[in-house]
Amino acid sequence: VAPSRCHDVIVIGGGVVGITLARELSRYHLDVVVLESDAEVGFGVSKANSGIIHSGIHADPATLKGALEWPGNEGWLRLRDDLGFGFAQVGELLVALSAEELGTIEHLHARGERKGIPGLQRWDAARVRAHQPNLSRDVIAALWAPTAGVVNPYEAVLLIADNAAANGVEIATEQPVTAIEPAHRGEPDGPLVVHTPTRTLATRYLVNAAGLRADEVARMAGVGTFTITGRKGEEYLLDKRLAGLVTSVIFPCPTPTSKGTLVTPTFDGTIMVGPTAEATDDKDDTATTPEGAQAVFAAAKRLVPAISERDVIAEFAGVRAVADSDDFVLGATGRRGFVNAAGIQSPGLTAAPAIADHIIEVLRDEGLELRERSDWRPRAEHPVRFSALSTREQAELAASEPGFAQLVCRCELVTEAEIVDAIERGARTLDGVKFRTRAGMGRCQGGFCTWRCLELLARCRGIPMTEVTKRGGTSWLVRDRDDVDAAPSGGS
Amino acid sequence: MPITGQLRHLEADYDVAIVGAGPAGMAAALGARARGAERILLVDRDAEPGGILLQCIHSGFGLHAFDEEITGPEYAQRYLEQVLEHDIDVLTDAYVMDVGPGGRMKLMSPTVGVTGLDARSVVLAMGARERTRGAIRIPGDRPSGVMTAGLAQRMVNLDGYLPGRRAAILGSGDIGLIMARRLRLEGVEVVGVFELLPHPSGLMRNVVQCLDDLDIPLHLSTTVVGIHGRDRLERVTVAPVDDGREPILERSWDVDVDTLLLSIGLIPDAELARELGALFDPVTGGPVVSGTMETTIPGVFAAGNVVHVNDLADWVSREARVAGEWAAALATGARRPDEDVRLVPGDNVAYVVPHTISRDGTYTVSFRVKRPIHGPTMLRIGEVHRRKVRAVVPAEMVTLQLAPRMLEGWSGAVLRIDAVPAEAVVR
Repeated sequence: VAPSRCHDVIVIGGGVVGITLARELSRYHLDVVVLESDAEVGFGVSKANSGIIHSGIHADPATLKGALEWPGNEGWLRLRDDLGFGFAQVGELLVALSAEELGTIEHLHARGERKGIPGLQRWDAARVRAHQPNLSRDVIAALWAPTAGVVNPYEAVLLIADNAAANGVEIATEQPVTAIEPAHRGEPDGPLVVHTPTRTLATRYLVNAAGLRADEVARMAGVGTFTITGRKGEEYLLDKRLAGLVTSVIFPCPTPTSKGTLVTPTFDGTIMVGPTAEATDDKDDTATTPEGAQAVFAAAKRLVPAISERDVIAEFAGVRAVADSDDFVLGATGRRGFVNAAGIQSPGLTAAPAIADHIIEVLRDEGLELRERSDWRPRAEHPVRFSALSTREQAELAASEPGFAQLVCRCELVTEAEIVDAIERGARTLDGVKFRTRAGMGRCQGGFCTWRCLELLARCRGIPMTEVTKRGGTSWLVRDRDDVDAAPSGGS
Repeated sequence: MPITGQLRHLEADYDVAIVGAGPAGMAAALGARARGAERILLVDRDAEPGGILLQCIHSGFGLHAFDEEITGPEYAQRYLEQVLEHDIDVLTDAYVMDVGPGGRMKLMSPTVGVTGLDARSVVLAMGARERTRGAIRIPGDRPSGVMTAGLAQRMVNLDGYLPGRRAAILGSGDIGLIMARRLRLEGVEVVGVFELLPHPSGLMRNVVQCLDDLDIPLHLSTTVVGIHGRDRLERVTVAPVDDGREPILERSWDVDVDTLLLSIGLIPDAELARELGALFDPVTGGPVVSGTMETTIPGVFAAGNVVHVNDLADWVSREARVAGEWAAALATGARRPDEDVRLVPGDNVAYVVPHTISRDGTYTVSFRVKRPIHGPTMLRIGEVHRRKVRAVVPAEMVTLQLAPRMLEGWSGAVLRIDAVPAEAVVR
């Protein structure tokens, strides 16, 4: 089927890079589509990471990673001001545990100052202890960087996506790209056609922000000049009881492949430890392992001795998309109109707003006309978070809309109206509802509210219960009683 | 007799307000009425009163409360009929958000919105919640198909859906055993129940009726050590454990299943008591209670699984009736009994409820043993009472009656509860 219209820009990949880029593109008079292979945006690499907006000191400024780290940090402040997602500038302490590591601190301090990172200070052991009394007594000095922050990465991606959609971007989920070809034979520089199992779309410009699959997407367009390998990281969340154990992000001195295992005070007030950094041949391998847990806790206890495996309440793993150059792969390619935003490993979350700005300049150089809209709305209408309101506000809301008086998730105090709103904003799966509203994230882990969320998803989306999934694909949740032998239909 | 209409008018103040309308809350309401409370409010989060009883469609309820064996919904119905006959205000689809000191209660429901009321006495009867995967840290993937046994019970018994096609069950708690049978009867293949401990966690009658009678294997001293499947569960790895309960990974094997039910224990759902600052028992996970079932917060009572996890609804109702009676007594001006005797766990006893008593009351003392004794066992309440029983196991709560005559002539302050082999007791 020939596509009936030609879009201006298609972004392949609805992770933080693709979504942030799409929102920036929505400032202009452009017809933009984001194609996401998963059932929800931000459910790949963007969801499973440490959620740190880095201070700016970590990456070598001679690399793209280093050049975009600090501008990205500044970009997050602007996004936060516009969209109001959870973001706290808690600062970071990079600690030295031995005399050799003092050299690393000095090197990063000097380099950070050359990069223009404000507020850097070298702290002695006494100052470190006064600020973070629970750190190991073996810490002999630290580099303090106040510009580091923590963010809920999935909340941020969802709100950026909502704002992009409100400004006219089409975000299409469950659209894995299967083929890319020129729209017209004999016009190698002309528009491109993108195929998914259910759609065929034409576009003048194509941005490859396909994360772990970006090398495959580049090959489809005939410009496969790089490969992506996976580097897995396991993270462990500790009980809320430990809130306040550390109040800034604690870094060890880095190794050649990783920033090491961190102790992070998440935006939600829990303590998270991780990640590991293990090369994996399987880009979908997000299993946690006993070995990973052992490595994380051994490393974390060196920084904060009071940390214990016994306090784990949840664990997950993510896979970093590492290009063979070990740097971001950004920019134009041998195919006019096909632009890469690939190889986004750490500090990729931090750099995402700067990557978006960079890619927009590349698109301009490729000939994309950028005329600013007068009606662009930078601010999103925020979902109501009932639990955060005062009793008076809760009472007023409940009086005006009974859905706000109907509780669904008791542990996190999430109402039916919030869940319906999340589904209207695009949540298609149980995890989509959970990550948008926090329903099911509390101490009972969905024991009581899962069923109600399922019913609401089925009702609002007009589908049978058997077609509701945990996170798309074959992650079905229930099947019919008379369907003992037949396979459930799975995702929709 | 279904509930015909939602309560639309809430009083501004009540003598007794009860949080949770399961077997505890409804019994507490009846106890409160019997003891003379006039305005009684029963609040429940679900659309209908009954709590978890509504999804327990198996029989085995009521043997003590009604002298006959009935199902969970029937048990709930019998209590509900009495509740309605006694003109107790019932507010469903409602959630108590907060209980303040002095009985100020904040609640929400679609019919009354977000509102407050005052209660002279409060009874906490919220029951228990199930422990989840996070509590036991199974490494691996995070696919769909891993759920608590109670969630599966709800979807099968109340909504008519099945959780999968081929299931394993981790933990031999009663809900897991009952769900093994239920799934088998519904045509789901149940490959086995895996229990970390060397003995079953549920009642022996459930092991016999739910597993043995249906040839479902029970693997003791065995646990799940890996979960595999990207989208939907595909298989689990199980391994035997050594005496220290550490898995022996060299002897692990894989089991192909699309469903894993977790029946790994219940935790009192006592957050309201915690937020009030009540003292807790670290063993039960519930609040410390007096012989009148009052927590350490004056005027706030608690009973049933919110205090300690019971194995029979009948015991829950019996305990909650006491709480309701005393909640009413205090609300209508009675004085607290002077409780100067502490009950503490002794040899082979994990916990004791209540935690304190007075010398002139009659009490049901409930406790659980730590280790099974498969033979004549002596149960002792300090020096004042002893009773010989045939055997004890951790899965079955033990109760003893304590009457004022037993304490006559005894002037101590602490009674230790022991459960030891009878032959070891020197007479």
